[in-house]
This record gives sequence, structure tokens and C-alpha cells, in this order.
Amino acid sequence: MNSKIILVNIFRWFLLLFIQIILLRNLSFYSLATPFVYVLFLLLLPFKIPNLLLYLIAFVTGLTLDAFYDTMGVHTAACVTLTFVRISFIAVTVNKDNFDEPEPTLGNMGFKWFSIYAALCISAHHLVLFFLETFRLTEFSYTLLRCLFSTLFTLFLIILIEFVFYNRKAR
Amino acid sequence: MRNLWIFINRYNAFFFFIIFFTIGLYLTVSNNSYQRSVAVNSTNEVVGKAYTNLNVLKKYLNLGDVNDSLASENAKLKTEVLALKKIDSAKNVVVKDSLNNSQYTYLAARVIKNSITLRNNIITINRGKADGLVSGMAVISPGKGVVGYIRDVSDHLATISSLLHKDTKVSVTMKKNNALGTLVWGTKNSDFRKAYIKDVPNHFKIALKDTVVTSGFSSFPPGIPVGRVSNTGIATGDNFLTIEIELFNDFSTLQYVYVIKDKLAEEQKSLESKLPNEQ
Repeated sequence: MNSKIILVNIFRWFLLLFIQIILLRNLSFYSLATPFVYVLFLLLLPFKIPNLLLYLIAFVTGLTLDAFYDTMGVHTAACVTLTFVRISFIAVTVNKDNFDEPEPTLGNMGFKWFSIYAALCISAHHLVLFFLETFRLTEFSYTLLRCLFSTLFTLFLIILIEFVFYNRKAR
Repeated sequence: MRNLWIFINRYNAFFFFIIFFTIGLYLTVSNNSYQRSVAVNSTNEVVGKAYTNLNVLKKYLNLGDVNDSLASENAKLKTEVLALKKIDSAKNVVVKDSLNNSQYTYLAARVIKNSITLRNNIITINRGKADGLVSGMAVISPGKGVVGYIRDVSDHLATISSLLHKDTKVSVTMKKNNALGTLVWGTKNSDFRKAYIKDVPNHFKIALKDTVVTSGFSSFPPGIPVGRVSNTGIATGDNFLTIEIELFNDFSTLQYVYVIKDKLAEEQKSLESKLPNEQ
């Protein structure tokens, strides 16, 4: 891993968390769909990071979000779940041995792979997030509805961002 | 041993997940007293539901006995009422009370952080321990309406569990007929302009546009306007009415709030703590 990738990721971390905390914290559609775009940082981490480091990064990112959202531990658990889904999905679909793409971006991996990857990771993250936040089963169907709409909203925004910064490599 | 190590190493992602997820879950539960009690009680929730279902059958079987006992109690009370009607010596006694008149003092505070998009919204204000705030104090908005309760206090800042939080419950009454209920938010929708009043007894006729005020049983002073009834026909399936109200307070434009200091709060708390612990 060269220093350029590290710098890019650190920059991305600050930028996405800044946008999330300053801007998106106040944004929602009828309080049903609330976007959590900062997960894009976790989605775009390089392939070659060891698992333990990946979990530690997710943990710290979640903890930072928790501090700003006053929801101790909720985002942390959600980010860790996302990391688990990410590792499992990449282990199943990508052959690491003869593979030279550094990061799982839309440009590197193609629209189909990336959208499935993002949808799975985001829905896992949002499921844990909303149910831990609500923490009661009496509002099950409503929480599920909020979770679904928020997943769609976040997914839409993330794919939009990826298309804006689209740089397709010659493959 | 070596095989075990290989096994763990091969599925390290899963084991790391278990470890970190447990830490996250522990943080969630330990940092929220309500959730802590739920984590213990959610098993009871399941058990409680089973018992309720069983009780429906039992209740029908016992209806005859219950009717008889109620009828006899009614007869007894009626004779007592008749006896009381003959006594007519009630007089109004005037007591000078300088304590109750100034029971509540207000402290203005500026909102630093606010949110309305989450299930549990927290407001941060610029007053703290130095200004005499303690956790549990009531907060209202300058125009109309309740805001919430003080949650945590630092030296110069405090957080409020806003009304838009699942733990916040405020005791309210209808201005017209004094029907008592509990104000909650977010069980059916999370529109920040709407809230619900639960546990209103079934026999009250609630009209649209009735004004709802605080009852004074929570740490709010009595008579603070909260909202206006907007929907009365919500099917709940239990024996109480659930009423939808439109809040007077607009949480999205909250700038300043009043923190209410109750002089009798500590006295009331110490008195009520002597009661057996069942709420």
C-alpha cells in the first residue's frame, strides 16, 4: 500500500464525515428516509487491508459518528456489521490472487458488481442501525419501513457520488 | 490445538465480527439507562405477552364473579354517598403560601445542537452544572409547548432528550374535560409536528381542535399548552384511546428554550422514593 492511497483515504474520511455530520444530519424525507452516506468510506477501503485493521477502522469511524449523533454504540455496531458483510461478499466474488484493482470503486468493478455490493452492505448497516436505535419490537414494521427507505436513499446517493467521480480504467 | 488455530485463522473475519459487535452492543446498552432496563426486560416482554394471551381466556371465565363483586361494591358506595349528602359543613380555607407561588423558576438557554430526523433526537443547550441544572429538569420552548427533559449535564453544557425521543413521556390533560393521558412521539410516524397521547380513558369524548395542556404530574408545571387534537379515531386494540395531536412547538426552528427549575422537585422525589418500587 503506498502513501497516496493512505492519504486519499484519510481525506475521504474527513470529507464524508464532515458532510454527514454538518449536512446530512438534518436531512430526511418525512423522517422516513434518512441518508447515511459516510458508509461510502468503508465501502471504498482498499482490498488489501488486513481484516483486523478493517474492523478497527470501522470501529473508530462508528464511534466518531456516535459521538456526534449522541447514539453511543449504535453506529459502531452497524459499521462492524457492514465490515463483516463486506469481507464475506468480497471473499465470495473476488479472486484476490490474480487481481490488481486497488479499491472496489464503481469505475474499477463495474456497475452491476458495485451496486449489489453497496446494496448488501448498506442494508446490513441500516438494519442494525435502526433496530438498535429503536430497541423495541413493538415498532417492528415501522422500523423496517424506515430502514428500507433509508437504504434506498443512501444507495441512490452513493451510486450518484460514484458516478460523479467516475474514472473508468482501461480494462 | 493447531487445527483449532487454523480454523480460527481461516474464519478470522467472523471472530473479529463477534468481538467488535459485542463491544458495540455493550456500549449501546451500557450508555443508555432505558436500554439497559430493556435488555433485561425484553425476555419478560415475551413472557408477558404469553401471559396476556392466557389472561383473555381467564377473564371471560371469571366475568360472573367480577360482576357480582362490582354490583355489591356499587350498592355499598351508593349508600355511603347518600349518607354524605346530609352533611353540609365544608368550608373553603384560605392558606397563604409563598412557596407554591414561586415553585417554578425559568432559565433561558440557547440551543446549540438539534436534530429532528432520528428516532431518538437529542438537543444540546449552552447551560450546565454552573447554572444549577440537574438531570431530569423540564424544558419548554418560549412560544408554546414542551421540549423535553434534561438528560446529561456537564459544567457549561447540557443535553436534552427532546420530546422526539422514545424515552420522553409527558403527562398531559385535555383543557376541556381534564382527561389525563401520556404524551409520546414516534410510535406510528415520525413527523416532528405530530405526537400521540396514549392511555386516555375510553369514556371521554374528545373533540377535534381541543387544546392539550400539561397536567403538572411530570416535572412540567401545570397548564402549559402542548398542542391541538388533530385525529381521534386511531384504532389501538386496547381499552384506552390514542389521540393524535398537532404540536404547537416547531422543533425544526428551535432556537431558545426555557429550563424549568422546580423548588419542590427534590422533596417530591425523596417522598416518592419511599413508595414501593412499581411504576
